[in-house]
Amino acid sequence: MMDKFTTLTAVAAPLPLANVDTDKIIPARFLKTIKRTGLGVHLFDTLRYDADGKERAEFVLNSEPYRHAEILVAFENFGCGSSREHAPWALLDFGIRCVIAPDFADIFHSNCFKNGILPVRLPHEVCAMLMDDARMGGNARLTVDLARQVVVRPNGEEIPFEIDPFRRHLLLEGLDDIGQTLQHAQNIDGYEARRATEQSWLPAITAQA
Amino acid sequence: MSESRPRTLFDKVWDSHVVETLPDGTCILYIDRHLVHEVTSPQAFEGLRMAGRKVRRPDATIAVVDHNVPTTDRRLGIAEPESRLQVETLEHNVAEFGVPYVPLLSARQGIVHIIGPELGISLPGGTIVCGDSHTSTHGALGALAFGIGTSEVEHVLATQTLLQKPAKNMLVRVDGTLGAGCTAKDIVLAIIGRIGTAGGTGHVIEYAGAAIRALDMAGRMTVCNMTIEAGARAGMIAPDDTTFAYVRGKPYAPKDAAFAQAVAWWRTLPSDPGAVYDRTVVMDAADIAPQVTWGTSPETVVPITGAVPDPAAEPDAARRAQMQRMLDYMALSPGQRMQDVTIDAVFIGSCTNGRIEDLRAAAAIARGRHVAPGVRAMVVPGSGLVKQQAEAEGLDRILTQAGFEWREAGCSMCLGMNPDKLAPGQRCASTSNRNFEGRQGPGGRTHLLSPAMAAAAAVAGRLSDVREMAWREMA
Repeated sequence: MMDKFTTLTAVAAPLPLANVDTDKIIPARFLKTIKRTGLGVHLFDTLRYDADGKERAEFVLNSEPYRHAEILVAFENFGCGSSREHAPWALLDFGIRCVIAPDFADIFHSNCFKNGILPVRLPHEVCAMLMDDARMGGNARLTVDLARQVVVRPNGEEIPFEIDPFRRHLLLEGLDDIGQTLQHAQNIDGYEARRATEQSWLPAITAQA
Repeated sequence: MSESRPRTLFDKVWDSHVVETLPDGTCILYIDRHLVHEVTSPQAFEGLRMAGRKVRRPDATIAVVDHNVPTTDRRLGIAEPESRLQVETLEHNVAEFGVPYVPLLSARQGIVHIIGPELGISLPGGTIVCGDSHTSTHGALGALAFGIGTSEVEHVLATQTLLQKPAKNMLVRVDGTLGAGCTAKDIVLAIIGRIGTAGGTGHVIEYAGAAIRALDMAGRMTVCNMTIEAGARAGMIAPDDTTFAYVRGKPYAPKDAAFAQAVAWWRTLPSDPGAVYDRTVVMDAADIAPQVTWGTSPETVVPITGAVPDPAAEPDAARRAQMQRMLDYMALSPGQRMQDVTIDAVFIGSCTNGRIEDLRAAAAIARGRHVAPGVRAMVVPGSGLVKQQAEAEGLDRILTQAGFEWREAGCSMCLGMNPDKLAPGQRCASTSNRNFEGRQGPGGRTHLLSPAMAAAAAVAGRLSDVREMAWREMA
C-alpha cells in the first residue's frame, strides 16, 4: 500500500522557518475529510493563499520550479503540534516525499514513515546550506539516497545522515507496519493471556457500565 | 532486565507492556485503552476494511465524537455537511466493527480527554493511546498516554499494539507552593516558557515536587495535557492517594476486591529512589505568576505583569524574523504591557481546562461581576457530566447572569472545526492549549491563560491580573 522510498532526485523548496506546526501545514478546518487524498491543494493554506483564496506570490510553493518540489528544507522542530496524519498526507498529496530539517516533532516524524515520506535530520548549518542550494531552483536538484544514507548536493558533495535501521528497512521495501506486527501475533496472544491472569482486575469496556 | 536497577514510573509502565523486543530495539508495546474520535479514525477503519481485518479488542476501545460537534442544541443535528459526514462515518464504523460508542446525545458525551478519566476508562499504570496529541492528558493518572497518527490508530485497532522505541526520561520538579490566583495552567505555561516547544522532544516528562503533589486531578490533567506543547511524547505523574480517590467509583473503574488489587499494583509504580533521568529541570512554584502568551507558539509566554518582548533584542536573525512575524500576526508592539491588551472574545473550556474545577474557578471570578461591553465570552463544559455537575452547583446561573454563554460539551473554539470560531482579527483570551496562527479560526488571535485569568479578562475587557480581583472560592 505504501510507496517504496529508494532514491529521489528532485527540486527542493527552501522554507526557512522553525517550529512549523501541523496547523500551519494543514489547518484544522481541512481535517473534515474521510479520505487520505486531496489535501495537497490546502498544504500550508494560510501561508500559501490570502484571505480571498488568491496565491501569495512571495510563498515559495507558489513559484516555479517549486510548484513541483518533492523535497522540503526547513529549520528546527518541524511538524510540532497536533498528531494529525493529515499533515504528511497533505505533503504527500502535493508531491513532497522528503523533508530535511535539524529535528522533527516526534509524532509527525513517526507519521512520515507510515506514508513513505523520508524525514532527514541534519544540523542547522547544513540545512541552511541546502536551503541556499534549493534557492538556485530547477537546475540545482538535490538527491536523497536512502540506501546509501546520503544527501547529494548539486555540486556533488555527499552529506551522510543517520536513520533508524528498522524504519529505513520498511521504507526501502515499502512494507506496512501492521503486516510486520501480525507476524508476531502468537506473542501478542501469549501476552494477553498472561495479563488476563495477572491483571484480572482490569475491566472490559462494554457499551454500558 | 535487572530487577535491582532503580526504575522510573515511565520505565515500570513501559516494561510491563512490552510484548516483545525486536533485534534492533524496537518494541511491540501492548495498549490497554484505545480512545477513538471522528477526525483521525475514518481512514483507519477504511484501512481495516480494505485489508479484511477486524478490531482485535473492541472491549479495550471506546469511541466518541467531540471535534466537529456544535455546542448549541444538539437535537437539531449537525448543519455543516462535512462535519456531519465525519460524525456519521464514525457511527457507521463503530456499528460495523462492534466498538463501544458514546453517542452525541448521551449525557456522557464530551471531549475524549475529559471523558476517559471521568468514566474510569483511563487508569493508572496503563498504556492509553488516541489519534490526538492531547492524549498526554491521561498521564496525570500515572498512565503512559500519548497521541498517535491515523496509521497507528489502524495498527492498534488491528493488533492492540504499537511499534515503539523507549523514550528518554525527563524529570520536571516543581517545588514549593503556588501563590493565590496561580494554577496548574500557570505551572505548565511557565514550564513550556522555560524549556521551549521542543524542550521535551524524545522524552517522557515525569512531573514531581510539592507543587505537583498538591494539585488535584484536574490540575494534574491540565499539566500533562500541555506536555505535548513542550514536544514531549508523554507526561506522567506518579499515582497516589489523590489518584486512587479520584478513580474509585468511576463507572468503568475496577470495583471492590478488584479495586483493592489494582491499588496494590498501582502503589508499586512511583519511581524508585535513585532512578536516573536523562534530564532534570527544577522550578519553584513561588516564582510562578499568572502566565499569558503573547505570540503564536505556546513557548512565547510572559507573566501577566510583563510586556511584549522586543525582537530587536534577539541576536539570532531567523528567530528575530519569526518574532516579528508573530507580533505582526498578533497586532502587538514591542514593550506593550500585557495588561493593556484589549480582547474581543473569551473561551473557557477544552481538554486543557474544561473540567468542573476549571468552571468553578471561572465562576468564582464571574460571580457578582459582568462581562465587559463588546466582549463575547463562552463557557463550554468538557463533557455532559461536567455540565450536569456545574448546573447542580448553580455555576451556569452565575456565569449566565454575568453575561457568559453556557454551552454543550465539545472541543468548541479550541480549534476551528465546528461552528465556534473567531472572526479574522478577533483577539481571544482562551483556556485552550494552542495559540498557533488560525487555530481558533483563520486570522484569529489567541492568548493562552488559566480559567480564572480568562474570566478576569472577560469582565475587564482586557488581559488582567486575577490577583488584583477579589473572589471567594466555589465549593
